[in-house]
Amino acid sequence: MQPNNIETEADTVTRDTPTHAFDMSGLTQNDGPMVLANEAICLHVDDLNLFYSEKQALNNITMQIPEKRVTAFIGPSGCGKSTLLRCFNRMNDLITDVDIRGSIKLHDNNIYEKTVNVAELRRRIGMVFQKPNPFPKSIYENVAYGLRIQGVKSRRVLDEAVEKSLKHAALWDEVKDRLEDNAMGLSGGQQQRLVIARAIAIEPEVLLLDEPASALDPISTLKIEELIYELKSDYTIVIVTHNMQQAARVSDYTAYMYLGELIEFNDTNTIFTKPAQKMTEDYITGRYG
Amino acid sequence: MSQHISKQFDNELDNIRGRVMAMGGLVEKQITDALQALTDSDIELGQTVITNEPSVNSYEVSIDEECTQILARRQPAAKDLRLITAVIKTITDLERIGDEAEKVAQMAIYLTEKQGTKSYYVGINAMGNYVSEMVRDALDAFARMDSAAAVKTAAREPESDEQYAAILRQLITYMMEDPRSISAVIDAVWTVRSLERIGDHARNICEYVVYFVEGKDVRHLTIEEMEKKVNPE
Repeated sequence: MQPNNIETEADTVTRDTPTHAFDMSGLTQNDGPMVLANEAICLHVDDLNLFYSEKQALNNITMQIPEKRVTAFIGPSGCGKSTLLRCFNRMNDLITDVDIRGSIKLHDNNIYEKTVNVAELRRRIGMVFQKPNPFPKSIYENVAYGLRIQGVKSRRVLDEAVEKSLKHAALWDEVKDRLEDNAMGLSGGQQQRLVIARAIAIEPEVLLLDEPASALDPISTLKIEELIYELKSDYTIVIVTHNMQQAARVSDYTAYMYLGELIEFNDTNTIFTKPAQKMTEDYITGRYG
Repeated sequence: MSQHISKQFDNELDNIRGRVMAMGGLVEKQITDALQALTDSDIELGQTVITNEPSVNSYEVSIDEECTQILARRQPAAKDLRLITAVIKTITDLERIGDEAEKVAQMAIYLTEKQGTKSYYVGINAMGNYVSEMVRDALDAFARMDSAAAVKTAAREPESDEQYAAILRQLITYMMEDPRSISAVIDAVWTVRSLERIGDHARNICEYVVYFVEGKDVRHLTIEEMEKKVNPE
């Protein structure tokens, strides 16, 4: 937050003009680090600001994403949660007119350094989107794709990786007899698990999930949630979700964002039983608006 | 509390709160009626208390059911979730207070029929008023979502324990003085015991109010620890 004690006359005059629907005074952005005391930190976000041309989409975001835990971002549409998620593997680089200030460190390395190889970064930080997007290839080739472009040619190595990834993504038993079938023939839930298998085949450190279950039926959703639970022993997972119950079910930590600001970040139990900020409380109890 | 986007959810929660208050009102009346039956040797009033007891039970069952439905259909979070858990626990204590009131009413009838001496009713009546006030104040704190009032009410519970001990000493004296009174005095002991339990249940309700309002669990703490937890400074 900006220090309040630095006031010019102009500030004093305009201070009463509300810029938000809620009272934003007295917010403590950094509730997080206190509860993260016993966690290894995977991603350090430091004073991150992001502008889409003139419009500021992220405001002074400072937070730490713990390693091998599930961190959920919740908040109303347009609050910046997907934007923040996309910052973690520099997906926003693909959009013109984006200006990013501040830093994100994966362990000790700022991912926004000029010397960073973005393709390598995205290998280490994989991403899964709302709509399953398998390639129009066989199930096998979808999972093997990442390894092939890395130059892996050995059939044995590929076979092993495909089997391991599909097992890890809880899809193996359903597809092991038809690996050569086209992936587009799978159900939506299976496609999404296939995409997750494809993402973990190249052994990333972090998995970014942007609304991974919102296009799926309840059973497929539960399978994805179960998978998230299984995967967190090996990967740091960051998930954006509109489904608050899903955030409550799958995540260890939850961040509530509103209008580009990080309002509250704490362990999920606290957020869903006793949030510190009234804005968080209003949102998760359905009083937002 | 500000309104939900879903007005229907607001209505459901308001309805539950209202029904807890109605149940509380009935339980309060059960206590005062039972005490009056005792002091006035009013068998009829005692019978009324016993007749009304099933209504207390059905309040408990139906409010429980409504809470379960809200949990299933609304998946409440934060303050709403704390309200529902507090309600579920509060009605259990209210139902038990109702049971204790019924026991007092039964003793009132029994003692009246036995025509035992009434000289030891004075202390019992004072203690009865004390704990029934505690119940009323606990329910008030619940209705107003006032954690300070809840702590204040809970802080009065140790005094009811002292009253219990004092009356017990007095009753023991009666028994020693006149062994023929022992049977009637033992019944009086049960009554005082019931009143003491009512004080405990009232304190429990206060603790649920604190949990609901502050999100702080103050069960199994001394009054000092409880006050400290609610007001850390």
